[in-house]
Amino acid sequence: MSSIPLNPGALGSDGRARARENYLNIKHTVSSWLLTADHKRIAVLYMISISVMFLFGGLAAAGIRIALVRPHDTFFSSETYNKLFSAHGIIMVFFFLVPSIPATLGNFLLPIMIGARDLAFPRLNLLSWYLFMFGAVLVMGAIMFGGIDTGWTFYEPYSSVYANTNVVAVIVGVFIAGFSSIATGINFLVTVHKMRAPGLTWFRLPLFVWAMYATSIIIVLGTPVVAITLLMVVLERVFGVCVFNPACGGDPILFEHLFWFYSHPAVYIMILPSMGIISEVIACFARKRIFGYEFVAFSSMAIALLGFLVWGHHMFVTGESMYSGMVFSLITFLIAVPSAIKVFNWSATLYKGNVWLTAPLVFAIGFILLFTIGGLTGLYLASLAVDVHLNMTYFVVAHFHYVMVGGAIFGYMAGLHFWWPKITGRMYPEGWAMLSAFILFIGFNLTFFPQFILGFDGMPRRYHFYPPEFQMWNILSTAGSSVLAVGMLIPAFYFLWSLKYGDIAPANPWGAKGLEWTIPSPPPSFNFETVPIVTEEAYAYEAIYAAELAGDYSHVEASIPYNQEYVEKPQSNISNEEHQ
Amino acid sequence: MNFPIMPQTASNYAVSIDDIYFTLVALTVIFTGIVTLMLLVFAVRYRRGTKVSRKNPSTGNLYMELTWSIIPMLLGLWIYGWSAIPYSRIYGDPPANASEIFLIGKRWMWHFQHVNSGIRENNELHIPVGKAVKVTMISQDVIHGFYVPAFRLKRDCLPGRYNTVWFRPNKIGKYYLFCSEYCGTNHSEMGGYVYVMSPQDYAQWKSNGGSQTLKETETTTEIGHDLFEKYGCAQCHGAQDNVHGPSMNGLFGTTVTLANGQSATVDDNFLRTAIINPQAQRIAGWPAIMSGFPVGSGDGQISEENLLDLISYIKSLGNSQHAAPVVGNNSTSTVALKPLASKPAVNHSSSLATKGQSR
Repeated sequence: MSSIPLNPGALGSDGRARARENYLNIKHTVSSWLLTADHKRIAVLYMISISVMFLFGGLAAAGIRIALVRPHDTFFSSETYNKLFSAHGIIMVFFFLVPSIPATLGNFLLPIMIGARDLAFPRLNLLSWYLFMFGAVLVMGAIMFGGIDTGWTFYEPYSSVYANTNVVAVIVGVFIAGFSSIATGINFLVTVHKMRAPGLTWFRLPLFVWAMYATSIIIVLGTPVVAITLLMVVLERVFGVCVFNPACGGDPILFEHLFWFYSHPAVYIMILPSMGIISEVIACFARKRIFGYEFVAFSSMAIALLGFLVWGHHMFVTGESMYSGMVFSLITFLIAVPSAIKVFNWSATLYKGNVWLTAPLVFAIGFILLFTIGGLTGLYLASLAVDVHLNMTYFVVAHFHYVMVGGAIFGYMAGLHFWWPKITGRMYPEGWAMLSAFILFIGFNLTFFPQFILGFDGMPRRYHFYPPEFQMWNILSTAGSSVLAVGMLIPAFYFLWSLKYGDIAPANPWGAKGLEWTIPSPPPSFNFETVPIVTEEAYAYEAIYAAELAGDYSHVEASIPYNQEYVEKPQSNISNEEHQ
Repeated sequence: MNFPIMPQTASNYAVSIDDIYFTLVALTVIFTGIVTLMLLVFAVRYRRGTKVSRKNPSTGNLYMELTWSIIPMLLGLWIYGWSAIPYSRIYGDPPANASEIFLIGKRWMWHFQHVNSGIRENNELHIPVGKAVKVTMISQDVIHGFYVPAFRLKRDCLPGRYNTVWFRPNKIGKYYLFCSEYCGTNHSEMGGYVYVMSPQDYAQWKSNGGSQTLKETETTTEIGHDLFEKYGCAQCHGAQDNVHGPSMNGLFGTTVTLANGQSATVDDNFLRTAIINPQAQRIAGWPAIMSGFPVGSGDGQISEENLLDLISYIKSLGNSQHAAPVVGNNSTSTVALKPLASKPAVNHSSSLATKGQSR
């Protein structure tokens, strides 16, 4: 996706000439950050916010795993345990996973990838961050001062009548944060439709843009439903308006229908952006156009649309009609097909590539493996009879963590490493990143694989106390979670370290295609000096591929340790340089 | 060190569900293996700088796409159809000779009522091996989940609406009973055991009134009859009156036309609503004079237990298949035909005798 080059080499493409202005150093005042309308700065604000929320959610998870080491935990009371898993779910779903990639990498990259100077509505973008923060502060306050014990699903009539915790404050917080999602979704849809650079047709879009587009559709169609549903819970709880409470004629199953009508598509809000990142990373480091571009693009759209027709698979055991169960099960099996298409296309992209094994690619491969397991175990839960046994057990917990941690977070990590040089202008330390990828992969599997077995054994989820024969699997899981925590802390440290001490990043450290790599790192506030004109397909790696096979690595930067061997001594097999 | 990899298997569903489960495990291993192999082999073999053939790299192939779309889809459809079969049995109609148990979930305990014997127990359920059991459940407060892993059986226990499930235990033993739907502070302690007993042990247990010591029990139908008098239902819904309300004789299971023109089948949920909020579904042709009994423990209210008792009694008055007076092998019907003031001891012997005939 090359273009008429902008800002050509005058300032030095080796990145050592730092005397230029970029979006980070253009102004340093606090108000220049808090009142910015620059999508890149808003992305950074979001990144800091969701990282803090992730830390809180992770601490709650640590509490859960500590409690579950023993069958009859005495460290926490059952009230506290219930508040811990509720806080973990609410924070992670509504304040980390849903905004994670769209609001950070999406916000940063979407306009640049389509050759625009900003999103269509920059101030709406800033408003969305304030809404998010307002909701987050409200929810965190409610969790700190009293807590909530409904679980993230707020099932009726428990949430409106029986819970005596801070249900209203949390729901209002989630409601407000929902509008931040909607604002982002609308912004992305309009931007993709109206602001693509000349020549950038729909089928030249990077697959990350397709993924963000599909995600935005889900956000805009789904979030209002859950918002109004949660509002009805509040009305019922505060004013006694009877909607879901059976004691006054309401229907608690109606709540489940409305809740899952959003919350199942929300799973795709969490995973589709990661899939977009994986497509970018795989294509770049295989040095090949993604295999079956159209199939990968349309599979995102198929997932977004079919995702709205499967919510009933959460309710096979609730008493919904047997026949509606059969319909929902069938559609759920069909939605597995576009996911399979993606997995096979990514794998096939590596075939006959010139594969550069970097940390983003290792994270991406980890994503594909874990998402494959997460996706396939979803079929156990889609199988009607098997679901009767497995629903509401630890099998479900393991399944959705494979999708949301193994999938969404590995994808986020792949993207964060891939675009970190672009966002911050610094390289992360490659060796440490590789190490953390392996630690995360091992810790993740050790944490969540035992939970599949626990679930099949029959251990229900949200259990503070459990029968003693389940203890060894729980100990394994807790041990794994501490490995996982180490794997999360290492990147936190080296990312912060790299901001000051990391190697200066060139404009295009990976030799990648895509408009974002044609502008300096970090980009200037206005992204593009002149509007780029796109003349190529996405992932036009053919020339780079041919050059590399001929031994010419001049398009990648010698400043990257991995490249020194290739760029400085292309003919030599022995390198004197130290490798990380 | 104990690493259990699967739960006990003790019901008619367990093996068929496990078969599907382990087939899925095999498919998971195969597909994950294929993907892992592809990724690792390609990433290593085609890593930068290796001298391997990279002739004719491909960026798309319709036949490949169709292959990896259609094969997973066909496998998926196969699993889908296969798994729908046990599902339709679990939540479908129970066999006619299934013994009936009422279950009331409340925070945080399970309360069972054996319809035949009238035995009531908390957090424990005793049932004979090999005999089908139908559980009709309702919650008194929030949503609970009735879950017995050894039976591969789960059903949400909802407030305000009856859910049913049936199963046939096929192995003697003691099995965990869990609450699977989060219900508040002591959710994880809302559980107990299901005891599947040999027919002899069960008969012994039952003749002792559900415990080691003999005690008097009334069947739910008998209690329901008393309640039918106590709440004054008999005044309008007895066999004689045909002015104020419909007689309950032979009503259960029939299809009736409602005042609003819709038609409805008289089943457990219909009766429940008819007692709590009769105007919501008044049968056409009857005056709107009944005021209803809300669920609760106060004056003019009725508890969930007593609702189930009443419904049990109304059922015993016959249904469309067995027009009253009922003489059949249905044990609940037989109980209803007896003089209702009979001694419990007689009860037990007769219901056992009935069971003997029906088996």
